[in-house]
This record gives sequence, C-alpha cells and structure tokens, in this order.
Amino acid sequence: MNDSPEPAILLRGLSKQFGKFAALRRVTAEFSAGRLYCILGGNGAGKTTLLRTLAGLSRPTRGTVSLLGETDFRAASPKIGYMAHPSLLYDELSGMENLRYFACLYGIADEARCSDAIRAVALDPTLTRAVGQYSQGMRQRLSLARAFLNRPEMLLLDEPFSNVDLTSAQAMVRLLCDSRDAGKTIVVTTHQAALLDGSADEFVWMDAGAIVNRTKDWKLSAGSASELI
Amino acid sequence: MSVDFIRVCRATLTKDLRLEWRSRDVINAMLFFALLVVVIFSFSFDPTAEESRHIAGGLIWVAFLFAAVVALNQTWARELRNDVLDAYRISPAPANALFLAKAIGNFLFVSILELLMTPLFVVFYNLRVLGSASSLALLAALGTWALVVNGTFFAAISLRTRSREIMLPLLLFPISIPAIIAMVNGTTAILTGEDSARFWLVLLGAYDVVFTTGSMLLFETVLHAE
Repeated sequence: MNDSPEPAILLRGLSKQFGKFAALRRVTAEFSAGRLYCILGGNGAGKTTLLRTLAGLSRPTRGTVSLLGETDFRAASPKIGYMAHPSLLYDELSGMENLRYFACLYGIADEARCSDAIRAVALDPTLTRAVGQYSQGMRQRLSLARAFLNRPEMLLLDEPFSNVDLTSAQAMVRLLCDSRDAGKTIVVTTHQAALLDGSADEFVWMDAGAIVNRTKDWKLSAGSASELI
Repeated sequence: MSVDFIRVCRATLTKDLRLEWRSRDVINAMLFFALLVVVIFSFSFDPTAEESRHIAGGLIWVAFLFAAVVALNQTWARELRNDVLDAYRISPAPANALFLAKAIGNFLFVSILELLMTPLFVVFYNLRVLGSASSLALLAALGTWALVVNGTFFAAISLRTRSREIMLPLLLFPISIPAIIAMVNGTTAILTGEDSARFWLVLLGAYDVVFTTGSMLLFETVLHAE
C-alpha cells in the first residue's frame, strides 16, 4: 500500500502546441502539497504556458493535468489563486472595488476579506484612486491580493516580482513563505531567482518547453544556465 | 462558498455601469454615430410627414443597429484590457451570469440611446404616431433585446479574431435579418396606423426567446474557447 500523499500537481505527458510551435513538450512531473516551487527558464522556455495550463486558461494539446486531486479544472478552480503577467484588474475601478467584484465571483460576501487581502500586500483599502493611476508595483501587489482573495490551497504566480522594488518584493516573498507554511502549494515563475534563495523548496528549470532540471539550490544550476538569469 | 447566479449577474452589471459612468466610452460613441445617421438621412431624403411615417421604421432601426454595434464592440474590449476576462474564466462563477449581465448592460445603453434619439427623429422627420404608442414601446424593447442578445454573443465570438470590429457586423447582421424585418415592418405598421403590428410583435418575442436560450446555453463554450 502506498502511504505517500497525493501530489498537489500531477502532470503526465503534457504538451501544448501553438501551430507548429511546441510550447510544452511531454512534461511529466509531480509537485507536492505545501511547498514553494520556483520555475526558472529563459524567455520562451514554457513557464507562462505551463502556468496558464495549470490555471485552466490553456487546454493541453496532449497529456493530463491533475490539480489537488481533480482532473476537471472547474472542480479545482475555487481552490486556485492565479496571478498573471497582466494585472487582471479594471483600471477604472479602485482597488477595493476591484476586489469586491472578484470576491463576488467566488461567492465571498464578507467585505472584510477584501480589505484584509489589500492590507496583506501593504496597500491601503481606503484608497479611492483608480487602479489605472497606481504605480506598476502597486498594481502588482493588488494583483497578488486578488490571487489571495479566495484563500486558495494553491497559488500560481507568473512573474510576481517584475517591476516591484526590492523592499516590496522581499515583503511579497515573506507573504509567500507564510502561506507555504500555512499549507498552501505555491508555484512561482520568475527571472529573479535570487529573491527566492533560501525560501523556495525547489527550483524547477525549464528549457524549450521541457523541465530539464530540479534543484534545491538555484545556484547549483546557475552555472549551466547562467544565461537564463 | 457557493456562487450565486443572480449575485454574480448583478455585480457584473453594476461593475459595467460604473465603468461606463466613469469612461462614457459607449454612450458618447453611440450618440455621436446615431446623430450623424439621423442628420445625414434627413438631408438626403427631405420627406413629407406621410412619406416619413413609411420610411422612418427602416431609418430608425438602421441608425440604432449601427450605433449598437459600437456599444457591442466596446463591451468586450473592456474585458480584454489587462486580460481581466481571464480572471472571470478561472473563477467558479457561471459563464451565463456574465453573458446575461453584459446583455442587460447593452440593452440599457441602447435603450438610453433610443430615448435620447427618438425626439430628434420626431423633429427631423416630422413624425406623429398614428397607432398605439404602447405597442411601439413594446416593439422597441423586444427589438432592442433581439439586437443586443445576438450582438453580445457574436461580439464574444469575434473577441479573439484579429479584426473583431469588422467581424461583428459580418456575423451579427445576417442572423438579425428576421428580427430587423419584424422591427421595421412593425414600426411602420404602428407609425402609419394602417396595419396591426401583432404578428411582428409575436415574431420578435419568439426570436428573442430562441436566441436568448441558445446564447445562454452556448456561452460557456465561447468563453472558454482559446
């Protein structure tokens, strides 16, 4: 009898084809629950496609994905938080108005959840300014708050630290570590691996649509893939 | 956490109305377009009051149809900025609720346009309704819903095409032909008072039921298409 817990993410022969271009090539991997994974790779390595496929935004051409024991994405979606490269926010609405709307999409009626999420990323929930007038860093943090809103079991974060100053990025890393320690599974793609040094449980290296290496320390692979960083 | 259809629909509609109130993109573009059509047609035809009643049905609906396309293109374009639609796609909220809220929002925008433009039509074309005004109001409501329900659906289909502004009319106009015929003939019948508009009202009602049901059933596939 196998006593090992079921992995939070299970990928079997996952491929994604855009016309003749293969963005993902037969990716087979397991990611355990309650861990922080950092996906690294150069532009076009397949990081974003992998995350979009996990989030259910992109259908695999071949292969299967199982998230939190569910193969049907609709069943897993309430348990997933996703942050994309674009903000996924309405520029004309304030931060609180944005989060209030997205809370409704998850059946969350408690307004305090929205203000708590905004405070967690060090923003002010009473700010009435439209998101379009936020700095890029503030927008990134609000986007992270949106991903946290439904208290997901799994967080999929695409480049969360881009355009964020070092202090804010470090605060975001602390927030991710706290969430991991609370049992959430977190997958982060980034070009700023050093930020997650000592925080991420595993670094997953991608190249040409495939996972090429998995290491505990990002520096171990930095030599062979220095051009990626 | 259960996701309530009505609550999501109401929140989406409120959000869309708030976005429109702050930007006024849709209303301004529609008003300007419809105004141009009314003025250009009035200079082109210069009809008498009697002639006006016979051609006004066609003119009114052509103006509203073209103006509605402007609104319909905008309604989804707003969801593409910052990829906000993806946030809806990954949520457990029902796709139908988004569609219905968008259709109701467009119905309100086009109805506001109609309310603002109708007095201008009356002045420019020297119109006086000889038939039942309540039938005209009902016909306008059914006709407007026919335009926006199909328009909202086909605008969503053309969302990911490269030239969606052109694609929408190409998809929408042919499928709207039965509704447009009913709208124009029904309006002419009411304006002239020569005929009963009952048949056209029933036709529009049936058209609305069929296309609303079809769009609601198919929208989830459209929303999640890549």
